[in-house]
Amino acid sequence: MNALAVRDLAKSFGGVQALAGVTLTVAQGERRAVIGPNGAGKTTLFHAISGTIFTSSGSIVLFDREITRLAPYERARLGLARTFQITNLFPGLTVLENVLLAVCAAAGGGLGLLRPMAAHPRLFEKAERLLEEWGLSASARRLVRHLSYGEQRQIELILALAGSPRLLLLDEPTAGLSPAETAQVVAMVRSLPREITILMIEHDMDVAFELADSITVLHQGLLIAEGDRETIRSHPKVSEIYLGVE
Amino acid sequence: MNIRPRLAALGAGALVLLVLPYFLPSYFLGLATKMLIFALFAMSLDLLLGYTGLASLGHAAYFGVAAYTVGLLALKANASLWLALPAGLLAAGVTAAFFGLLALRARGSYFLMITLALAQVLWAIAFSWRSMTGGDDGLPNIPRPELPLPWPLADSTPFYYFVLLVAGAAAVLLARIVRSPFGYALRGIRESESRMLALGYNVWRYKYLAFVLAGLFAGLAGCLYVYYNRFVSPEYLHVVRSAEVLLMVILGGAGTLVGPAIGAGVIVLLENVISAHTQRWLMVLGAVYVVVTLFAPRGLMGLVQDYKQRRSGP
Repeated sequence: MNALAVRDLAKSFGGVQALAGVTLTVAQGERRAVIGPNGAGKTTLFHAISGTIFTSSGSIVLFDREITRLAPYERARLGLARTFQITNLFPGLTVLENVLLAVCAAAGGGLGLLRPMAAHPRLFEKAERLLEEWGLSASARRLVRHLSYGEQRQIELILALAGSPRLLLLDEPTAGLSPAETAQVVAMVRSLPREITILMIEHDMDVAFELADSITVLHQGLLIAEGDRETIRSHPKVSEIYLGVE
Repeated sequence: MNIRPRLAALGAGALVLLVLPYFLPSYFLGLATKMLIFALFAMSLDLLLGYTGLASLGHAAYFGVAAYTVGLLALKANASLWLALPAGLLAAGVTAAFFGLLALRARGSYFLMITLALAQVLWAIAFSWRSMTGGDDGLPNIPRPELPLPWPLADSTPFYYFVLLVAGAAAVLLARIVRSPFGYALRGIRESESRMLALGYNVWRYKYLAFVLAGLFAGLAGCLYVYYNRFVSPEYLHVVRSAEVLLMVILGGAGTLVGPAIGAGVIVLLENVISAHTQRWLMVLGAVYVVVTLFAPRGLMGLVQDYKQRRSGP
């Protein structure tokens, strides 16, 4: 079964064709990186898959289920989780509260109006376990806005993982990180169980080659190459785009 | 923060409120009653402004609709509390449910403008429908409800306790709501709507429910206020009232429940003191707003939090 099947996806913003008919399938358990120069349509593709924007044409199928017209939260409930390129957390809440919100969503959200959060010990346990697992227990009571950028990027991942997703979209998980922090996030992603299918945008070619089984290259809204790292490295069009050879 | 000092402060506050009638002359007890009613009104708005991050400039709509409903029922049908109060709440809830459908399509300042416009429509109706609402003159001589108790609510002390009981129960309910997973979700929406969507929250539904709940609690405050004043006029629905309650929340500190209650107390007191000396109450209100945004952008509760943080060290 395919985790994700995208067919003929097209989207334009005021005359700029961000996606010009992209077809892409990601097998269950696969780790796929999407690379391409700035403006290639990578982030638009992610927004389309996660439902932040609706495309002008094409279809998106998540685990045999058509999701093209579903709202983002409905897609999330079907097992689609994502991180954001620009850190998107709850800065005024504590680390624990951030994770609790993600855990609550996974528990169905409809947890009543009057019972306090504290009366749901299982949610707390799960949130605390996640923080422990990723070595952030010591920061549980700190406000997210007071964390370092590297820690915030880790929370991005933890929030996405809290709902036990089946397909994880990572939008430049290592953007702006120092080499040491990058290594930490790479290790985090590597350690994820294989049941989680991963589709990631990655600017850093080394990171992409290290984490992904296969790579998709986008350029000007079109898919121009697909394959394992050797195929991509030796692909004439890819080197043309990246090295500027005419 | 430590739980115990906070509980002690709340307990002390509750005790003071309970024994207040034994120390205050009846005029000031009336003022205290008004403070309690506006504390509830401000807390209801804070559910939107402080917790969900929705700045409504039309919150008087639900307050006023409930007040008119109770006033008309009490005056024209001699309705008892058991009929008038639920009817007032229902009217406020239905109004909020309808306005929410319209206003929640927009965000930020557009949301603010739509809530303002919708409330002003109600104000215009109340102003011009003279045969029903008495127009600008309002509806005077609304009787206070009669309860099967030895103490008539027409007296200031029993009425104070009646308001304290109702507003207190509502405050407890609000405190539970903001501590529930639902309340946490509202804070999440305030911090980042797109992240909440990505996590799987139906953000619109949460906002809508918060909107209706805030309208209901505002309606409850309106019901109490019409009994308190024995009078209702279009001024109840006016944008000035909406702005006043918004300022109460901001002055006290949005995002806490205690803050807006204190803010309400301060504004009611100020208004009372100042309008004895000058007609320019609105100017003073504007000045208060400027001072707060300049020197205490997170309100009085923000100042308290900063002080605590400084004392406990970095």
